[in-house]
Amino acid sequence: MQVLDKVLSEHPFFKGFKDSTLELLGECARPVQFAAGKTIFREGEPADSFYLLTHGLVTLDIHLPGKGPVTIQTLQEGEVLGWAWLFPPAKWHFDACALQLTRAIRFDGRCLMGKLEQNPELGFELMKRFSQVIVERLQAARLQLLDLYGSGTRT
Amino acid sequence: MLPRPYRVIRITRHTHDTFTLEMEPADGNPAPYFQPGQFNMLYLFGVGEVPISISGDPGHTRAYVHTIRAVGTVTEALCNLKIGAQVGLRGPFGSSWPVKEAEGSDIVIAAGGIGLAPLRPALYHVLAHRERYGKVVLLYGTRTPQDLLYRKELEKWRGLFHTQVEVTVDHAARDWFGRVGVVTKLIPGARFDPFHTKAFVCGPEVMMRFTVMELMGRGVETENIFISMERNMKCAVGFCGHCQYGPTFICKDGPVYPYSQIQHLFKTREL
Ligand SMILES: Cc1cc2nc3c(=O)[nH]c(=O)nc-3n(C[C@H](O)[C@H](O)[C@H](O)COP(=O)(O)OP(=O)(O)OC[C@H]3O[C@@H](n4cnc5c(N)ncnc54)[C@H](O)[C@@H]3O)c2cc1C
Repeated sequence: MQVLDKVLSEHPFFKGFKDSTLELLGECARPVQFAAGKTIFREGEPADSFYLLTHGLVTLDIHLPGKGPVTIQTLQEGEVLGWAWLFPPAKWHFDACALQLTRAIRFDGRCLMGKLEQNPELGFELMKRFSQVIVERLQAARLQLLDLYGSGTRT
Repeated sequence: MLPRPYRVIRITRHTHDTFTLEMEPADGNPAPYFQPGQFNMLYLFGVGEVPISISGDPGHTRAYVHTIRAVGTVTEALCNLKIGAQVGLRGPFGSSWPVKEAEGSDIVIAAGGIGLAPLRPALYHVLAHRERYGKVVLLYGTRTPQDLLYRKELEKWRGLFHTQVEVTVDHAARDWFGRVGVVTKLIPGARFDPFHTKAFVCGPEVMMRFTVMELMGRGVETENIFISMERNMKCAVGFCGHCQYGPTFICKDGPVYPYSQIQHLFKTREL
């Protein structure tokens, strides 16, 4: 468990958490690995977990009829994969696929929810961190919509 | 200043609308030296004249290299030129990326779309004098993998031990093995010391706006961020007023400005 706590303490998402908090969170976590090309989860499936990425590159894909999967974003080491587990109906919005060999710490959503309900202060802190992630994703999606390098503009 | 005749000696097609022209003086003399970030006025008889940044190596000025996107009358006519064609050329004009003043600093080059073209000479210069700089980072974003410019060179630069090269695209099919997301998302992972960094940014204005914000968020001061304003112009010598940008003329005071100098104008609508 000590190794896991160390990995958690080094991940930017858990920056500043006390050792005792990491230990508590670590009770719901386990290291996982995905070979290149492996699907991590699929759109529409129950979202019951999230991942702290520690190595590799993950694509978030959406399937367009007749076009196959289109990657709308990639996530890498230091980032968080998955927030759909937090909100009903708790289903994944996209497919997630390991583009390279990917390592992560997987958190069991139900286990974590149980701990957070008993510890509202920690729950609030974690929600703030997830909100930050969601805001960043929203901002990135808005920029993508602006079509930063589009033909309407010179460059 | 009259245009001097140049002859097209090489044409490279990058994407469906973007190409590179290499041209040398028709009289056989060398082309004048240029600084990274400067531009030339390219003139096609009977069609018109356009400002185009120099995208070649400032260490090699036998010929000028220009990377151009065909967007209208003149650039489309340039796109249709064949090897041996003649082009009138005035220049080089304008301010440059401060590569000399940046010695001793880390260098962050952030490019969007064809904005990599005016930055490439700065990168050539920095790589040719690598020992004079700290960390060197190139961040490049385009719409799709098909829009990437200078792909072979990007791969070569990526293979350098002393240079961090990160590329991202907005959308990709599954045959792309790189990152997907906007270019600003590359900044948090870029390795540089914000206290000792000069950042050179070029791309569409909206891309530059968000990139500058992100760089400032990492702690880079506005006087250490430089951007190239490539709005349209006519005379290139500060005479006609076509490219007036607030109190400055892009053709003679720009196109490269420290962000601190123009930040009050940058967010002004309809300037
Ligand atoms: C300093 C400077 C450096 C430049 N460097 C390059 C370069 O390296 N490569 C390159 O491809 N282009 C560059 N440009 C832009 C280029 O000059 C214009 O695309 C060109 O003048 C368009 O002329 P045209 O006759 O082909 O198009 P036009 O028929 O005049 O216009 C076609 C369309 O493009 C729009 N447009 C024209 N110029 C611009 C502009 N500057 N910004 C935004 N929209 C514009 C017009 O509003 C119109 O919608 C640079 C511009 C400046 C000021």
